[in-house]
Amino acid sequence: MFNFFKPKKSAASAKERLQLVLIHDRTDLTPAELDALKDDLLDVISKHVDIQPDEVRIGLERDGRSQRLVADIPLRSISRRRGG
Amino acid sequence: MGAQVITIASGKGGVGKTTAVANLAVALAADGARVACIDGDIGLRNLDVVMGLENRIVYDVVDVIEGRCRLRQAMIRDKRLPELYLIPAAQTRDKSAVTPSDMIRLCNELRAEVDWVIIDSPAGIERGFKNSIAAADRVIILTNPEVSAVRDADRVIGILEAEEKGTPTLIINRLNPVMVKQHDMLSADDVLDLLAIKLIGIVPEDEGVIVGSNRGNPVALDPKSRAGQAFRNIAKRLKGETVPFMDLEAGTSLWSRLMGRK
Repeated sequence: MFNFFKPKKSAASAKERLQLVLIHDRTDLTPAELDALKDDLLDVISKHVDIQPDEVRIGLERDGRSQRLVADIPLRSISRRRGG
Repeated sequence: MGAQVITIASGKGGVGKTTAVANLAVALAADGARVACIDGDIGLRNLDVVMGLENRIVYDVVDVIEGRCRLRQAMIRDKRLPELYLIPAAQTRDKSAVTPSDMIRLCNELRAEVDWVIIDSPAGIERGFKNSIAAADRVIILTNPEVSAVRDADRVIGILEAEEKGTPTLIINRLNPVMVKQHDMLSADDVLDLLAIKLIGIVPEDEGVIVGSNRGNPVALDPKSRAGQAFRNIAKRLKGETVPFMDLEAGTSLWSRLMGRK
């Protein structure tokens, strides 16, 4: 970025912050609750498959006026499991 | 066919609901429609002063509901437009003096008398707001391009959806095109993207609005006012006409001012 030393324009901050706040307002889910949900989800999934916990991404996304819980959970491949 | 009942709500206070109600009512009535507006803010009456009708009040909405007067007696006739009426809020009572079913009964009676009923909801999401939306055929959410106003608007939209009042439409009020251009104010597109409901109007920030309330003359009556034009456009859209959104950039640059455009 060539604007390296300039702070971001305030409209962009407002929008970004509102995007996050609205998602949590609409779902009534705090970031802490979302973390707890994430941990539970990972526990259940790891009972069945081998996952890469560090690369898991679980978050809320907006789609118009509805929200969805989106999880991206990379699985450890069998070859890597054998190799490691 | 009876009147259409429209409620203007925002969640947050001070975003311009009362001014918007006064201006939409004036714009519709100036076009020949019969309009009644109701001040839903019991105990904090204000629509009367914004419309310049404060000296004409005898009876208020609670008097009608409690049977101390007939509906017609509480309908204050506007001094400029023959078919514009205000039903003022009671000033010495509180929200609990009115129930949602009172409002439904009142509006049903009004439907036969006028073409439009416009209700000014109080701020908040409690009793006064619930009363104000009870009889609404449609709700218009009013917000400013500002974090707290947008957040509260989103809450109110959520409540309306949960109560199966349908998805409301949106007015973005007090947009400052110069600040938007400098990326220091949320743009109309930003607000629409966040709230994800249909836009019915954008009202530019305009000092004339305050001058208008000072005098009790809503700016929609001033043919030169840009905010007034925006409100007149919204009134037309309410009637189902297709009106393009104003070019808010016009008049903001030195060049356009030199060219005499406004």
